[in-house]
Amino acid sequence: MNKSIFLSVIFHIIIISLTAISFPYMIRKPIDLPPIISIELIQISDFTNIPYAPKAKKILEKIKKEKERVISEQAPPKIVKKEKPDAIPLPKDAKKKKKIKTKKQNPKKIESEIKQVSEFEKKELFDPDQIAALIDKSKVETAETIRKSDKLTQNQDKNFIASGLTLSEEDALKAQIFGCWSIPLGLPYNENLLVRIKLKLKTDGTVIKSEILDHVRMNTPGQGFYKVLAESALRAIRLCQPLRVPTIGYDRWKDLQLNFDANEMLKG
Amino acid sequence: MKNVLFLIFLLVVFFAKSSFALIEIDITRGNLNPLPVAVSPLYVESKSSEVLKELEVGSEISKIIETNLLRSGLFNPLEKDSFVQKPDIAHLKPRFEDWKLIKAQALITGKVKITDDKLRVEFRLWDVLAAKEIMALAFTTVPDNWRRVAHIITDKIYERLTGEEGYFDTRIIYVSEKGPKNRRIKKLAIMDQDGANTKYLTLGNELVLTPRFNPTNQMVTYMSYFRNLPRVYLLDIETGVQEVVGEFPGMTFAPRFSPDGKKIIMSFAKDGNSDIFTMNLETRVVERITEHPAIDTSPSYSPNGKYICFNSDRSGYQQIYIMRSDGSNVKRITFGQGIYGTPVWSPRGDLIAFTKMYKNRFYIGVMRIDGSGERLLTENYYQEAPSWSPNGRVLIFYRETKSGSQGEGFSATLWSIDLTGYNERLIETPTDASDPSWSSLLSN
Repeated sequence: MNKSIFLSVIFHIIIISLTAISFPYMIRKPIDLPPIISIELIQISDFTNIPYAPKAKKILEKIKKEKERVISEQAPPKIVKKEKPDAIPLPKDAKKKKKIKTKKQNPKKIESEIKQVSEFEKKELFDPDQIAALIDKSKVETAETIRKSDKLTQNQDKNFIASGLTLSEEDALKAQIFGCWSIPLGLPYNENLLVRIKLKLKTDGTVIKSEILDHVRMNTPGQGFYKVLAESALRAIRLCQPLRVPTIGYDRWKDLQLNFDANEMLKG
Repeated sequence: MKNVLFLIFLLVVFFAKSSFALIEIDITRGNLNPLPVAVSPLYVESKSSEVLKELEVGSEISKIIETNLLRSGLFNPLEKDSFVQKPDIAHLKPRFEDWKLIKAQALITGKVKITDDKLRVEFRLWDVLAAKEIMALAFTTVPDNWRRVAHIITDKIYERLTGEEGYFDTRIIYVSEKGPKNRRIKKLAIMDQDGANTKYLTLGNELVLTPRFNPTNQMVTYMSYFRNLPRVYLLDIETGVQEVVGEFPGMTFAPRFSPDGKKIIMSFAKDGNSDIFTMNLETRVVERITEHPAIDTSPSYSPNGKYICFNSDRSGYQQIYIMRSDGSNVKRITFGQGIYGTPVWSPRGDLIAFTKMYKNRFYIGVMRIDGSGERLLTENYYQEAPSWSPNGRVLIFYRETKSGSQGEGFSATLWSIDLTGYNERLIETPTDASDPSWSSLLSN
């Protein structure tokens, strides 16, 4: 009886001790996650607005400081050159000054760095431990692209206003001509059914002169359909005139080119 | 000198930059409304004793032109009451402002004259908005031929304004039906495409089915139950001579000419099986095209004669297939729900018209030659046998009504529909009619 109790206790102790040794080892395994997940996060961050991570702030500041240091080391020491070699406290002042400057310039400098980062540099920067920093960069990048795109659209608008009709003006004109153009239904589907007509307009939208740009096709053998199509387009212009053109900016639209394309309608 | 050139360069650059680029606008849509056309009555120039007769001819020709244009669905002939200008003056020089006022976009004027027992019809087509003449032609013929002149004029107008060959100077051959449903008398009949000038080619002693024109419109092939033996026959319209096509030991049916008119393609049925054969009309050589235990029938050549479409139940139920004209490379092209039959290749070569039966309703439709883009144009209780107009824009087919147990209420009528599916029209015939087939242009 005592023997069996003794053996049982010993076996229990062995089992418990083995469990105590092996259990933490078993627990560790699932914790040891590969950093692949972090890569996924970075990619998603390019398209979503992940909230600013407070931990990332600290890492970011560290990175900034490192970079600042690098920048300050690489920067041409113009000021240092001007400094007198005898003046000992100057480097401290200079460092302070630099620090102050870098603090002020911090965000701008980061932006400029991001702009200049090449694909290779990005790869070098990529590190699972610096996810937050990259997230932040992506924010800056998106902000940059938004600013850039804003600038672009403004420019486009300016160009559009300077050289063309506004969308609403164009739509009004199109809608008017759509209603006037009776497309000849017998045209061959597999041919080029584009007729380009250049117009010279009066201020009230009446046509002074109309010119078919591909006039040669009118008398080309095997292109008889083109004559029919061109005539239908001219009929549409005549039927529609005066064209619905803007009341202002005559110089912009006094010459107009209408491209009548029956392909879309006939092919369906 | 260099400074001056530099200044000139700067000025050029400045002005070039300040000038506006040409605005381009893409017009990719239009309307498909019928074109408003004014058909002025053709006036009579002569003051001879036949003035009255000529007057009738002039107004009748303009009426036929007007009806043809209206039936095409592409034109809207305007009411003559609204015309301001007199026909004779309009024919010389139209006052375009007057025609613009009634919203006409095209104007047709003309005159009729009879000299030396010959009818001379002259017409002009005017573009009202461009204020210019765009076509002028004159025809001389025997006076009795005035209807054809009207159709030819319509073809010319149609072609000039749509860019597509017309289909008005054509004929339709069909099966004229009379009598109770269980004892129908069926005769071959021929008429103009507008239903006028009907003539009967057979007496009605035998049952006749599926007549088809040859490319020159002088011969007709059809199936007849002569002495209760169903066979394919050939009929010369001019001479009235008939002959059996081939010495087949069984039933031949569903005949059709090849595009060059040298062969007849048809089905030959024996022992419950049906295959497709051709017979050369010059050499009388018969050639087997398909060899399959399934029922292969309703063959139709492509316009270039290189392919044949037909229907077969080799997949278990009736579907449409295409193959090379020698019978090789058979390919099924319909996979939709329902049963497909009577395929007919379009004269343009781009589409195949067919009859489809689905859930006890019949449809006439078209699809591309690979079976894609199926469009059902019309649906009814019973309709079948589409036949193309020579320009490949309009289909003619026949429709039967539901009848009682004794055949009461039964009728068979001819209908036409264009590829849009919106312009469906009844073609009036003196009797009930079925199995129509459209000829090619007579004036070609």
